[in-house]
Amino acid sequence: MTDINACQAAPEAEFNDYIALLKPRVMSLVVFTAFVGLWVAPVDVHPFLAFCSVLFIALGGGASGALNMWYDSDIDAVMRRTQSRPIPAGRVQRGEALAVGLALAGLSVMMLGLVANWFAALFLAFTIFFYAVVYTIWLKRWTPQNIVIGGAAGAFPPMIGWACATGGVSIESLLMFALIFFWTPPHFWALALFMRDDYKEAGVPMLTVTHGRPVTRRHIFAYTLVLAPFSLWLGFTSVGGALYLAVAVVLNAAFVRGGWQILRRSEEAARADDFAVEKRVFKLSLTYLFLHFLALLGQNWLGAW
Amino acid sequence: MQLRVEHELHGRRRSRNVGLGIVLIAFVALVFALTVVKVRQGHMLEAFDHQPRLSLLPAEEPAEPAPNPSQEAAE
Repeated sequence: MTDINACQAAPEAEFNDYIALLKPRVMSLVVFTAFVGLWVAPVDVHPFLAFCSVLFIALGGGASGALNMWYDSDIDAVMRRTQSRPIPAGRVQRGEALAVGLALAGLSVMMLGLVANWFAALFLAFTIFFYAVVYTIWLKRWTPQNIVIGGAAGAFPPMIGWACATGGVSIESLLMFALIFFWTPPHFWALALFMRDDYKEAGVPMLTVTHGRPVTRRHIFAYTLVLAPFSLWLGFTSVGGALYLAVAVVLNAAFVRGGWQILRRSEEAARADDFAVEKRVFKLSLTYLFLHFLALLGQNWLGAW
Repeated sequence: MQLRVEHELHGRRRSRNVGLGIVLIAFVALVFALTVVKVRQGHMLEAFDHQPRLSLLPAEEPAEPAPNPSQEAAE
């Protein structure tokens, strides 16, 4: 009987566990923003090449997710939200995650170079390096500003998409970067205010823990103010137009108002209604980013300036 | 515990094998389709082959043919 029980004690991975290593939910954001960046660029790309480009950008994002799970498996084992991930649950070995991450990183960069161009491929390689090494290994455990700088990794995909089409960087792609870059901190800190995560035990410096919740509220409001001009500026570039500007004005007004409400609330009031405002602003932040990029697509369809 | 020919472990292994098989076949199909698209776009299907080829020379603009210097001299 012992050998049968041994099998049950160490569950083997199924295919879905390797898919889970690639963080499919994060990937959906990467796919959408990279696609928009590629599609609104002024150079026409063959639809199949566009599909392949987005696919390999997403695969690169998945590779950095696997590398993140490899390095952070100790944190993931401590925090309740992440305990069921494949490595802490014991279904995938750490070394396997590292191997999957490195192999997919190499494959995605090489294939993007062959599909699109080598500038875009290098850009993807840099993004994977930035997320896996600069964010995960270096900043995440060291500074409460980890979210801010790590947000850059999530902001690169539309720039890579744009680079796939044009082979370069321009003001439009930089502003799409800025849009996601300055959106990440208020989005994540709103989540941190109502998700009582065990970051302290895991040893991750979170702004809510290191500097307190009132400071986090001020930061959220400040970032919504910084974000708004970049969002509107994008409307005056070659990818912008009346539709995009209308959407951007409405969304930024709502987001700044949400940031203001978060700033004005006391902890007692927040706890009394179970963080209703914080939860609403977090949901709004998801809509905010999705509608911005959807508006860029719509504007491209209608014809930009 | 009831002994079965097929343990739950085998299901997990099958899911891995089938999954990897599908991924590999999809990748082969993708690279083939990519090749077809890239060749159809065909920027440079011929290359230098140890002797000059007319078809490799830059295309002349048909609208304004360049004046032939030898003809001008004859006139």
